[in-house]
Amino acid sequence: MIGQPSSESLITNLQSPITNMPINYYLYLSAILFVMGAFGVMYRRTAIVKFMCIELMLNAVNLLLVAFSTVWGQTQAQVFVFFIMAVAAAEVAVGLAILMMIYRNLKSTDDSILSKMKW
Amino acid sequence: MPITEILFWVLSTVAVLGAMAVIATKNAVHSALFLIITFFAIAGHYFLLNAHFLAAVHIIVYAGAIMVLFLYAVMMLNLGKDAESSKKTLFKFAAAISAGLLLLALTAALQQNEIQQTLTTNTEIGTVENLGTSLFNDFLLPFEISALLFLSAMVGAVLLSKKNLQ
Repeated sequence: MIGQPSSESLITNLQSPITNMPINYYLYLSAILFVMGAFGVMYRRTAIVKFMCIELMLNAVNLLLVAFSTVWGQTQAQVFVFFIMAVAAAEVAVGLAILMMIYRNLKSTDDSILSKMKW
Repeated sequence: MPITEILFWVLSTVAVLGAMAVIATKNAVHSALFLIITFFAIAGHYFLLNAHFLAAVHIIVYAGAIMVLFLYAVMMLNLGKDAESSKKTLFKFAAAISAGLLLLALTAALQQNEIQQTLTTNTEIGTVENLGTSLFNDFLLPFEISALLFLSAMVGAVLLSKKNLQ
């Protein structure tokens, strides 16, 4: 097998983490993604796109949790990301069902129509 | 520049640009597709951080399940082009200013942090074995409760989307 990397070096290449990347970069990336999600929730009118932006915010937090779990070598943060994913999946299922019901009754999911829902 | 650093910047750029496109496009279907691109970039970040199993789960759950649900909902609600009414300019400015203030506050808070640590070389924390051990030992009760959560979410979704409740 000439010209092919040995399986040992291939495995170490696959498993090599970002050793020289400061955690601050991940902090700023997550902050930017979170703020863009928050901006989308405020900016867009369609309720379903607002949902997508909420997913974006959840993902920013997930990314930060995984980065911190890699920094401190702890597994717990990654288990927490599992639970966040589970809650996000349940939330989307129920939220989209609510949106379907609203659309069936009002024929729109625009939040200017939904503003009649205020207390 | 090592390859992982280049990958970090490429994936970050793709994620941020995808997130921008989610907000900027008028079409809700395009928003969902751009969000899938962002999710794949974030999954790439998980690979870089040695969370291989989590990256796979992320792609399966988000790009596989949640975004398919979103796309079905968008198509069933018929939210194609020009479904969105134009917002008042005042509201757009208010949204931009408050998002900018949030970014300012976050970066100001993050600048003072004391964490100068770089990432560890421990590659074992993201393996299926370690995650499973932690999940079924330390987090067994939350795991079971999340099963209840899924059951109630399923019942709620079916109940809400039924046409005639009586």
